[in-house]
Amino acid sequence: MSEVKTVDNIVNIMIDGMEFKAKEGEFILNAARANDIFIPAICYLTRCSPTLACRICLVEVDGKQVYSCNAKVKEGMDITIDTPTILEERRAIMEVYDVNHPLQCGVCDKSGECELQNYTLEMGVDSQSYMIPDTKREVVNWSSVLHYDPGLCIVCERCTTVCKDIIGDAAITTVKRGGADLDKGYKATMPKDAYSMWNKLQKSVIAPSNGTAFTECSDCGECIAVCPVGALSSVDFVYKSNAWDLKKVPAVAAHSSDGAQIYYEVKPTSIEDRTQKIYRITNEWSYVSLDGSARFAYDFQNTTATQDSKVFAEAIEAFQKATTIRFNSMITNEEALMLQTLKEQRGVKLYNPEVKAFQTFLNHYQLASGNALWTGNTDTIMKKSDFVISIGSALRNDSPAMKYAFNNVQKLNKGAGLFFHPVGDTLIPTFGKTVMAFEHKVGLEEAALYLVLDLFADKAKLSSEVLEYIESFKRSESKTIKEKVVSTVKETVIDEETGEEKEVSKKVTEMVAKEITVIRNGLVELLGGDASTFDDAFAKMMKKKTTFSMMLGEDLYYHGKAENIAKLVALVEATCNIDVVMTPPKSNALGVALICDLDETAEGYTVGYNENGDYKLSALGTGDFDIPAMNQQEGTLTNINKRVLPTNAAVEYGGYELNDLMKVLVQAPELTIDWTKMLPRDKGFQAVEFDSLPNAYTNDGVDNRGYTLENAYIETALPEVAQCEQSAILEERLRIAVILLDSSMTLQISHMKYLNLLHSMPVRQKQRL
Amino acid sequence: MSLEQFKNRNVGVQSYTTLDVGTPPKTSMEKFTQVVTRTFKGELFVGLWVVMRNMIRSLFMGETHTIKYPFEKMPISPRYRAIHDMLRLLESGSYRCIGCGLCEKICISNCISMDTRYDEEQRKEVSEYTINFGRCIFCGYCAEVCPELAIVHGPRYENASQQRAGFSLFEDMLTPIDKLNLQQEYDGFGAISPNADENIKQTPLAY
Repeated sequence: MSEVKTVDNIVNIMIDGMEFKAKEGEFILNAARANDIFIPAICYLTRCSPTLACRICLVEVDGKQVYSCNAKVKEGMDITIDTPTILEERRAIMEVYDVNHPLQCGVCDKSGECELQNYTLEMGVDSQSYMIPDTKREVVNWSSVLHYDPGLCIVCERCTTVCKDIIGDAAITTVKRGGADLDKGYKATMPKDAYSMWNKLQKSVIAPSNGTAFTECSDCGECIAVCPVGALSSVDFVYKSNAWDLKKVPAVAAHSSDGAQIYYEVKPTSIEDRTQKIYRITNEWSYVSLDGSARFAYDFQNTTATQDSKVFAEAIEAFQKATTIRFNSMITNEEALMLQTLKEQRGVKLYNPEVKAFQTFLNHYQLASGNALWTGNTDTIMKKSDFVISIGSALRNDSPAMKYAFNNVQKLNKGAGLFFHPVGDTLIPTFGKTVMAFEHKVGLEEAALYLVLDLFADKAKLSSEVLEYIESFKRSESKTIKEKVVSTVKETVIDEETGEEKEVSKKVTEMVAKEITVIRNGLVELLGGDASTFDDAFAKMMKKKTTFSMMLGEDLYYHGKAENIAKLVALVEATCNIDVVMTPPKSNALGVALICDLDETAEGYTVGYNENGDYKLSALGTGDFDIPAMNQQEGTLTNINKRVLPTNAAVEYGGYELNDLMKVLVQAPELTIDWTKMLPRDKGFQAVEFDSLPNAYTNDGVDNRGYTLENAYIETALPEVAQCEQSAILEERLRIAVILLDSSMTLQISHMKYLNLLHSMPVRQKQRL
Repeated sequence: MSLEQFKNRNVGVQSYTTLDVGTPPKTSMEKFTQVVTRTFKGELFVGLWVVMRNMIRSLFMGETHTIKYPFEKMPISPRYRAIHDMLRLLESGSYRCIGCGLCEKICISNCISMDTRYDEEQRKEVSEYTINFGRCIFCGYCAEVCPELAIVHGPRYENASQQRAGFSLFEDMLTPIDKLNLQQEYDGFGAISPNADENIKQTPLAY
């Protein structure tokens, strides 16, 4: 097990005469925010590198003006937020931002949640001293979801920063605006920072970075979320509703195991139809970033459901007849517990192939490592790690949170990364200069783990068999290299002018061929890498690295050698200084894996819960019996960070719930959320009432939603691992493809709008097949 | 007057001022004379003349003091808050409402609602607008908050009807396009002040 650095060095700082404590190495702005002190800032984003576009975060430190987003705290710093010159500077900056900014706030979609408006008032701008001719800028749609109004844009570059530093797509950038030049007279009369800010602002505007009119990105919409003005909005939402009309329902994104925090924003559909409709999804963008499915796939509610007692009786009959219940991970912890109760009391089989593989993998991992669950989480990776390894995960599609963490580490922690996956990815190597992507043959995940052991393990801890096996891949080769040899040659030269003879020494470089012995790592070659350049590249990657993390994806769980892989993972954790995070394959796979006792096979009369079966319960309104969709349910979900997160119902539901059936079939409490406190405590759940679960982030960005599963640890000996079986590789190819097909069918995403998975899944299958 | 005095109901002890009404006749002769004088004085004809004069003025000279309601209506204070009007721009004839939603937000009885959309000309269009007059308390906040003077209180005070819904749609409140020339500017709450011109400052946007 590796040790996580949890204690930070704390320094004392003074802000406006008051003493505060801050983490060493933190930016002044972040330290102030964590201590509830307000320093104005427009362009700065937590978790991103400082942009220095807006310059209003100017503060005075020990008599010198610095940008608080860019200066790190030091012991004993004395910070003054407002001085007369700084206030003047800030006011001038806000005046500049207001030059030519349209005054049609009444129709702007930001509807008062505008940072430009807020800061203009905050800085007391009541007159305008600057002017410049405006440039005509056309409204454009960058994609099917991104709508950009450059007239409203203040070029704070938050969108480009978040796209580069967190999302990793770097799909948008600043381009030339073609605006008029500033009046030269301003340079002498204006405050300095305001002038240089204006000079830059007047020249730039945001556009897709690929040079076309359309962005080439994952359509996550995070740029929309961070936009401080109304320049960016989603195509769907333009002029649909004012922000103040929308009711925010705190929830958890239902489509991936990231469990990202979201708000469903609802209001009545129209004047005639007063039923609640979801208008958009927003998030706490300072602390969490969403992917496209979380932000745009929200209208999947079951609208047709009604309460029909005849259908209800049929459903009861079907459950009584059932020998198997087939379900997937699109289910809350509470409902998973209901199904488990059915199994315990009525002896039905629970069939869930996608989670079964994950559960088996987890069990093997537990036995081998002694940990109940993996030790890392994506937040710590983002904040602490400076070296990430990803194995068996198509990062972009399997787990957006991991992709963002992988990218963020490269951008902010000056990190490096190793990426192993059978399907090549052109984006991931662009995350940083020290990212190496291996496009290996299908099924070689074991070899990747052996390579990790070779590179990172404390060799003294490894058993001799493993060491021997790793060494067996290495072979020495003689290689001819050309080396530069510098020799000094003395020459006698006659000076032409004086005719004197002089002795001049000259330096001559010669290329000398030399034979040396090098060790080639066969594992690198096996994984499709170039062994001749690997060692140098890796040495470069390892420079100044201290905190290592490994991300594991779902390919490992469906691997034929899953058991050996689980042991290898445990071995990596035990012998290397590496934190491990595993991606639960789908939405609540971890919850289901912990709560349900799953069976290998289905047999007899099958009731399908959002799955095919002899009797089908469906949240899509297409089955024999209607159940609520994820956005119509209360309950908890368990995510990749091992947190149990509460989610709430956004829209109405008119039909029966699973709990209504449970009341007839077994003894069940009144409400679904009454099951929350009955979740199994031996698996790490807590006996907490649903309504008392917190659901927010703290000011310094700590996730305080729900609670973290208890991660038990039992001292265990090092696992014995088998060798990488290369003969199995070809067969693996087929097996993985079949399981993927199977699990994607159960996703049932056909009617969801703009769902990321929708266009990414079929591509993945084709590539694999 | 102190409270104590005010509460004193003993009328007998207060001082009263007596009007000078002359002395009443005392003898029977005096009473007879008074009756005869008053009867033949002609004061009756003064009264009759006043009636006659007003009758002639109203019938033949058009100086009547009543109006022919419902054919005629009394002029009403500009601040009177009756059924809302939706005004149009005089130049283009298009409606003034920009769909900002402030009236909807400020409405204390929650009776205004609107639907907006992104129209073909990249503008915010009000696709539906309605006021529930069953709930409206005619407080006038909507007119006051409206940044465009688009929603105002009109002079239509006759709001008794079998269906209040008859007033409540955008089209019902909007100035008919053929009567645009008759549209009155609103002077009530929220209207620009009479000295607004004096308060206007030039912006530096000389371009």
